[in-house]
Amino acid sequence: MQRRVIFDNKALPYLLLAPQVAVTLIFFIWPAAQALWQSVHLQDAFGLRSQFVGLENFQAVLSDPNYLETVKTTIIFSASVTILSLASALGLAVTADSKIRASSAYKTLLIWPYALAPAVAAVLWMFIFNPDIGILGRALNNLGYAWDYRLNDGQALTMVILAASWKQVSYNFIFFLAGLQAIPRSVLEAASIDGAGAVRRFWTITFPLLSPTTFFLLVVNIVYAFFETFGTIHALTHGGPGKATETLIFRVYQDGVVNHDLGGSSAQSVILMVIVIALTAIQFRFVERKVHYS
Amino acid sequence: MNPDRATPRSGGRLMDMVPHLILMMGVLIFAFPIYVTVIGSTWDAATIGRGNLPLTPGGEMLNNYASAWSESQGNRVMHTPVRIMMWNSLVMALVIALGKIAISIISAYAVAFFRFPLRMVFFWMIFITLMLPVEVRIIPTYEVVANLGLIDSYAGLTIPLIASATATLLFRQFFLTIPDELVEAAKIDGAGALRFFVDVVLPLSRTNIAALFVILFIYGWNQYLWPLLITNSAEMETVVIGITKMIGNGEAATDWNLIMATTVLAMLPPVAVVVLMQRWFVKGLVDSEK
Repeated sequence: MQRRVIFDNKALPYLLLAPQVAVTLIFFIWPAAQALWQSVHLQDAFGLRSQFVGLENFQAVLSDPNYLETVKTTIIFSASVTILSLASALGLAVTADSKIRASSAYKTLLIWPYALAPAVAAVLWMFIFNPDIGILGRALNNLGYAWDYRLNDGQALTMVILAASWKQVSYNFIFFLAGLQAIPRSVLEAASIDGAGAVRRFWTITFPLLSPTTFFLLVVNIVYAFFETFGTIHALTHGGPGKATETLIFRVYQDGVVNHDLGGSSAQSVILMVIVIALTAIQFRFVERKVHYS
Repeated sequence: MNPDRATPRSGGRLMDMVPHLILMMGVLIFAFPIYVTVIGSTWDAATIGRGNLPLTPGGEMLNNYASAWSESQGNRVMHTPVRIMMWNSLVMALVIALGKIAISIISAYAVAFFRFPLRMVFFWMIFITLMLPVEVRIIPTYEVVANLGLIDSYAGLTIPLIASATATLLFRQFFLTIPDELVEAAKIDGAGALRFFVDVVLPLSRTNIAALFVILFIYGWNQYLWPLLITNSAEMETVVIGITKMIGNGEAATDWNLIMATTVLAMLPPVAVVVLMQRWFVKGLVDSEK
């Protein structure tokens, strides 16, 4: 798309684009190319020489049982975070939408957790659920339930899932509420007059009309669970106990920064890039369709 | 008017309470961890460490905040004084937010208001950065920054995060809605491209700029993985990283009072921005994700 009336300076547009293009080339395109290059090369122990090895790094990564275990953890983690935060946000948004008079006060009280860093959300949960000092962590143990997320795999995963979902609800809530308020009242009133109850109205009218929002949020939440929750996991469990809460992005950090395995870490980065590009492509296909119909 | 509402019945009133109860429970689940943290920051480390934190404020508030704010040594943990970490976080958040807005608005202006060779090539190059979040390209980006000698500097902390396809796309979308008549009138009046940008486009973009600022400020303040890699020295530490470093491996006997005070301080600026600029925040969020 292009405007009809334009300015016709020759050099000015290039000057205006220069800063963004420079940053993009140096810090996006170049590192991405580096990752691609390193992913098909093997460096010697001193980092002096490297040899082309084709897809060997990928083969090594994908046949490593530890990596496949991490894939499994990531899928369980991301699916749980996405479903939990979407479902609670939808429930709250539908409820807030039905109470229009009070909804703006509730809105303020429900959206501010968006401002918290994932790592800070994790720390808040630690204050509550730490088995030594946390009020609920101690209560669980006093009730006879052996709670220590630092030692128990399942409890650790539950803990990071809850902390990561808790932080994401407010984001989903804002979008669901905006989506709900765009649904014409007349449609719901007509159904109400026809005798459809609240539950039936929700499943036959509200939920289908909300599906573009839901689908968009689905993609955003998966991306969030994949990448932005690094802080949650790093602050809460460091991927442990063992590798129980190690997700794909945590492993890239672990292999690249802590273990200095550049080839393997780059191959993992490339795999992640492919995942993000696929998710973004799906999202854009959907956005295009939404724009087309509206 | 809905007759059910006009004449309240006892059953109707009871049913009306259910949504409020659900919403209040939601509010409570979000507020409770914050409440506990604020209370914790008013007690001494021993009380918290024994696991007997009361649910009412204690008397150590001033001591805790003063110590966390300006000292670097608690009873058990060494930490960078919070005032230094908050300053670093503030610089990072402001440079990222304002830098992103500045470079995106001029590049969007170039793409929307000029026709020139390679225009679409540049547009697509900016567009694909949307698909490369910093976490994905973290190791190679770190190497580039290291080769440029920018480790442990504000430049290394901020510039790699400044390119933003989202902001560019948002501004471009908005610029396409500026009527052609306005541009023609400006040209007839003899205004050049830069004059038009400063006198017309910038004032029209005010709301979009405010909305983006809120989102980007929070994005910058909450960065985690990138500052974790880029900063080495205590003087460059940001406050979110500082908290997890103070916690270490979470021994029961540590300066929980200072950690909680630091956490409260770390939350204040982004929460204040969201609450005070709520209108722009919601607009910015919904618009920038379109």
